[in-house]
Amino acid sequence: MDHLIPQLSIFVLACFVGYYVVWSVTPALHTPLMAVTNAISSVIVVGALIAASAAAGGSETSKWLGLLAVVLASVNIFGGFAVTQRMLGMYKKKDRAAVKGK
Amino acid sequence: MHDAIATTPAWVALAYLVAGVLFILALRGLSSPETSQQGNRYGMIGMGIAVATTLYTHNVGLPLIVGAVAIGGGIGWYIARAIKMTAMPELVAGFHSLVGMAAVLVGVAAYLNPAAFGILDAATGDIATASRVELGLGVAIGAITFSGSVIAFLKLSGRMSGAPIQLPGRHVINLAILAAILILIGYFVTDSATWVFATIVVLSFAIGFLLIIPIGGADMPVVISMLNSYSGWAAAAMGFTLQNTAMIVTGALVGSSGAILSYIMCQAMNRSFISVIAGGFGGGDAAAGAKGAAVERPWKRGSAEDAAFIMKNAESVIIVPGYGMAVSQAQHALREMGDLLKKDGVSVKYAIHPVAGRMPGHMNVLLAEANVPYDEVFELEDINGEFAQADVAFVIGANDVTNPAAKTDKTSPIYGMPVLDVERAKTVLFVKRSMGGVGYAGVDNDVFYMDNTMMLLADAKKMVETINKSLG
Repeated sequence: MDHLIPQLSIFVLACFVGYYVVWSVTPALHTPLMAVTNAISSVIVVGALIAASAAAGGSETSKWLGLLAVVLASVNIFGGFAVTQRMLGMYKKKDRAAVKGK
Repeated sequence: MHDAIATTPAWVALAYLVAGVLFILALRGLSSPETSQQGNRYGMIGMGIAVATTLYTHNVGLPLIVGAVAIGGGIGWYIARAIKMTAMPELVAGFHSLVGMAAVLVGVAAYLNPAAFGILDAATGDIATASRVELGLGVAIGAITFSGSVIAFLKLSGRMSGAPIQLPGRHVINLAILAAILILIGYFVTDSATWVFATIVVLSFAIGFLLIIPIGGADMPVVISMLNSYSGWAAAAMGFTLQNTAMIVTGALVGSSGAILSYIMCQAMNRSFISVIAGGFGGGDAAAGAKGAAVERPWKRGSAEDAAFIMKNAESVIIVPGYGMAVSQAQHALREMGDLLKKDGVSVKYAIHPVAGRMPGHMNVLLAEANVPYDEVFELEDINGEFAQADVAFVIGANDVTNPAAKTDKTSPIYGMPVLDVERAKTVLFVKRSMGGVGYAGVDNDVFYMDNTMMLLADAKKMVETINKSLG
């Protein structure tokens, strides 16, 4: 239980940070926002790595489940960041777009 | 190893904190297109730090892990390169399902091997009480995210009908299952038997499926944002289990982000979150009612040549794109039309309704892809006042978001929804496939029958291409 309160504090404060940061995101970038939040929520890969590494003294099933989770989370990490980068690269201002458009 | 977390050195905790801060900066960068790419790089660095720290502190079988990352990363990279921008909503839904599944897998792995996750209670030799609640919530939210996202993916990609599928008594069934899940998570605290844990997982998969099945295509922007939020809460719950700051911070960020986007989407449709979740909007009853009420009213049909002539002689044109534009992939032709008009000295702007498209910001990405400069693209509240001064409103593939009934007709299902005031423009050019179809809300649109409206009935892309020929 002694871990719970500090963790909860971090969580609640992070919710507030999230609230203010997300409201400052321009609506034009809401799709990249979803793509990048999806990519960073794959930080769950940390749990997957722990499960996959826990062969010693642990269950074999647990290890393979962890490995599978690493695969899924990796799809998300690479796919999420790459597709966000691709989208963001498309947003151009007037002058640059005119050059590129030709 | 077994009490890895208790003996975590300070630098490890700090590294995870740095990762969390970098994720905040990644979102912060999105406040403007100029800073967004730098932000995305911060996100990647954060993820790199989190992964490297975990690998360094845990005794991993490196070849296996590298193999797993290579397989997953390769697939992800390929999808990200190959995906069409119009397919972005189903891609995001698909990615959400993966986060959900990963959360479930990690949760099950932690249940099977609690020692490795440092969640054993030294006194009892069983999983600690707080960890049981976190674990139960984590797998439940993860499973809901997974099955819900799979259904959203199937609906968005057209592999499953977008029409709401409504089971009789579904509200009772859904509430009963949700209650059962919560009670079981409570019971899991006292009894960590496998059947309890397994039932939580199975029921959660079921409820995710049942919750999204009755929700219609038009509400998908809310659903996809909501699932975005859930994937965050799942990561946060797992972060509590693992006492990992990076996961808790990220989960909170993603969770609030998705929640805010759901809220914005609901506001833009003037729907309450509850009514969206209850489902059933779009198609079905509403459409049938509207068809019955639709009397034959006179309307004017125009040709591409007429449209080209009118726009060429206009001073200002505001283009209103909608989902129909995305479906017919007309964005490139549309940008060409804008260029041709600008060459003739016409001022061209784009007006985007928040729910135009199938996910938040979808239209903006499509226009950006077609090289439309983002400073020509305006949000509803920024441009709505300009329609009255505009010579032409060019509506393409949008319908409900231009319907004045939302402002005047209290009986309309879309009453109260903020709409683009296209009818105030001197001329409205309305590109639509046919007069028969109604929008997703199943309501007739008075704009079609106005004196200053000219209907351009054709596939959006073909129509714009023909207009371009006349312009060029």
